[in-house]
Amino acid sequence: MNDRLRKYRNTMMMGIFIVATLIALIPLFGVLGYVVINGISALDLDFFMNLPKAMGVSGGGMANAIVGTLIMVLIASLIGMPVGILAAIYLTEYDRTSWLSIAVRFATDVLTGIPSIIVGIVIYTAVVLRMGHFSALAGGLALSIIMIPLIIRSTEEMLKLVSQSIREAGYALGISKRIIILRIILPTAAKGIITGAMLAVARVSGETAPLLFTALGNQYWARSLNEPIAALPVQIYQYATSPYAEWHQLAWAGSLVLILMVVILNLIARFAFRSRSN
Amino acid sequence: MRESLNKGQLILTNLLIYMSQEVERILKGCMESLNTLDRTQAEFWITEDTLINDLERQVDDECVRLIATQQPVAKDLRKIISAMKISTDLERMADLATGIAKVVRRIEGPLCKPLVDIPLMAEKALAMMRQGLEAYSNEDMELAQNLATQDDEVDCLYKKVVRDLLVIMTENPEILDQGMYLTFVGRYLERFADHATNIGENVIYIATAERKDLNK
Amino acid sequence: MGHSLSVRNLEAWYGSNKTLKGINMEIAPNQVTAIIGPSGCGKSTFVRCINRMHETLPGTKVKGEILLDEESIYDRDPVALRKMVGMVFQKANPFPSMSIYENVVAGLRLNGMKNKQTLHASAEKSLRMAALWDEVKDRLNYSGMSLSGGQQQRLCIARALAVEPSVLLMDEPASALDPIATTHIEELIRQLKENYTILIVTHNMQQAARIADSTAFFLNGELVEHGPTSEIFTNPNDKRTEDYITGRFG
Repeated sequence: MNDRLRKYRNTMMMGIFIVATLIALIPLFGVLGYVVINGISALDLDFFMNLPKAMGVSGGGMANAIVGTLIMVLIASLIGMPVGILAAIYLTEYDRTSWLSIAVRFATDVLTGIPSIIVGIVIYTAVVLRMGHFSALAGGLALSIIMIPLIIRSTEEMLKLVSQSIREAGYALGISKRIIILRIILPTAAKGIITGAMLAVARVSGETAPLLFTALGNQYWARSLNEPIAALPVQIYQYATSPYAEWHQLAWAGSLVLILMVVILNLIARFAFRSRSN
Repeated sequence: MRESLNKGQLILTNLLIYMSQEVERILKGCMESLNTLDRTQAEFWITEDTLINDLERQVDDECVRLIATQQPVAKDLRKIISAMKISTDLERMADLATGIAKVVRRIEGPLCKPLVDIPLMAEKALAMMRQGLEAYSNEDMELAQNLATQDDEVDCLYKKVVRDLLVIMTENPEILDQGMYLTFVGRYLERFADHATNIGENVIYIATAERKDLNK
Repeated sequence: MGHSLSVRNLEAWYGSNKTLKGINMEIAPNQVTAIIGPSGCGKSTFVRCINRMHETLPGTKVKGEILLDEESIYDRDPVALRKMVGMVFQKANPFPSMSIYENVVAGLRLNGMKNKQTLHASAEKSLRMAALWDEVKDRLNYSGMSLSGGQQQRLCIARALAVEPSVLLMDEPASALDPIATTHIEELIRQLKENYTILIVTHNMQQAARIADSTAFFLNGELVEHGPTSEIFTNPNDKRTEDYITGRFG
């Protein structure tokens, strides 16, 4: 009797879990499907090759926005990755307990939680207003500020995963701390650190708010890093809020491209750096 | 594998072989002193017994050390336990040998007859001891079991010695003392052979973990 | 050749907890010395003081003197000291990012040795000494993690030997291994003492009995008794030692 009741309850419980899981899948596939259906029709070679056409004119693409996003993500990575990774090394390898590391850790936690538009406003005030114009540099800088705490956090976690016994093995061989970090700990954690960095890149490449105040957007090619520059998310925002159907189409296509970029980065992070064990 | 244990067992085997060689030397010396009735020689062999006592202690110490430090089990354990028992047997054999030398102290006058069967017993008993040790170091069951028949031979010789001496003593009451002491010697040698048989029993115990009485 | 060690009034703290309360101990060269004692008796701390690993942990403090071949280890640079005093840990800890070969020569290579022939010769020699060469010689480029637990531990021993220390500290090197692998390691330790002074911490007193020439019993941060292994295990001087080795502790 009891056995049957127990089995019945188990089955019930499992059923509830399965239903919840399926519900969780709906938005994911809903969003993906919606974007693909709407975006695929406008996605052609022109989209990747051409500049946007004038208002109301059909055709044209987002080549400048794609390149702009890539440039600003590159700038953000060039600043964010070294700073983030090196800071994380300091926090885990040199100083886990002092007030400085506690402060840094607290700041990173807060910074990860802060809405990204605030980062945009700060950079707008501190950089854009002072330089007198919007620019790719300011945009990249804003993205790097979002990136740094993410990278510090993920790198720190990865370094902490390297067993203390590995460090001790290094010390016991009479190897200096610097070499232990560079040649033993970093290679051991490399896979995880790179994965974390990839995910941070994926995260910032979709940011819109901080770029509105910093990179602004541009209908044409930017000729230098000191000029306003187009970015995919900004372009999508502007086109989607415009009254023109053609632009709506392009916004869908841009969304699709952005999603693909993020998916590809995620896949790279997941598979390309799997352990090369024999 | 288990080098320390193997080395310890090798030390034990070598100690026991050395001990048996010393016992052999002493028994031969004691027999010699009996033949010649040389009391000085007899006294010398009596003191040699301490050597055997030392060796027995050495074997014991090594066994205790091996048990305490090497945790022997199964055959390894039986081998070490048996080594302790064999060393006790060998020590008793040396006691019996010096018992013969002590008889020399007591015997007055020349021997009533040339010794024939008693030296033969000594030879056979020594051969048994050597065979027992060989069986131990080679773990040779057959050799060990073979000791039973040889022990029977020694027992027969002993009975013959007693019978012969009884005949002489009834005919010749003035050598009653000597006759009795020579019976003791026969008895000592018979016991000596029994201890040699015990060594064989230990070898069988090592190989099979079974107790077998070879001395029926 | 192994060096002798002389420990004088060694005290060590972990935070406010005093884990060693004045240890005096002479450790003979080219011998295996076993440190036994219940958990938390300070035996691990003791060996970790000898290569100055104890100090690397936050909140630790050491007082007293340790002489390695008549010279204080505190007068030596810790990194240089650790090249003379190698260590093998409880859990095998090969470097995960390195191959078997790279693991063995890590101590040399990461300290600047570049000569390939020297490295190769050292790798083979160390692996042979650790009785691992025949098992791995055809797959030196495989990851160190591809080996079994016992092999990994022998790899770690080879890695420690490659630096050519004179003292080898072993902190429960066989506690995570099955009996056969344990016998392998014990056999290895027995052979290594020809060239090294070996200090082995073990919570397995039978192991200490099997392989050590001398044994030291630690209790609550104190050295209760140190003497020839056969004496400690047949006729210890101290009642506490006897209670511990006979399993009647407490």
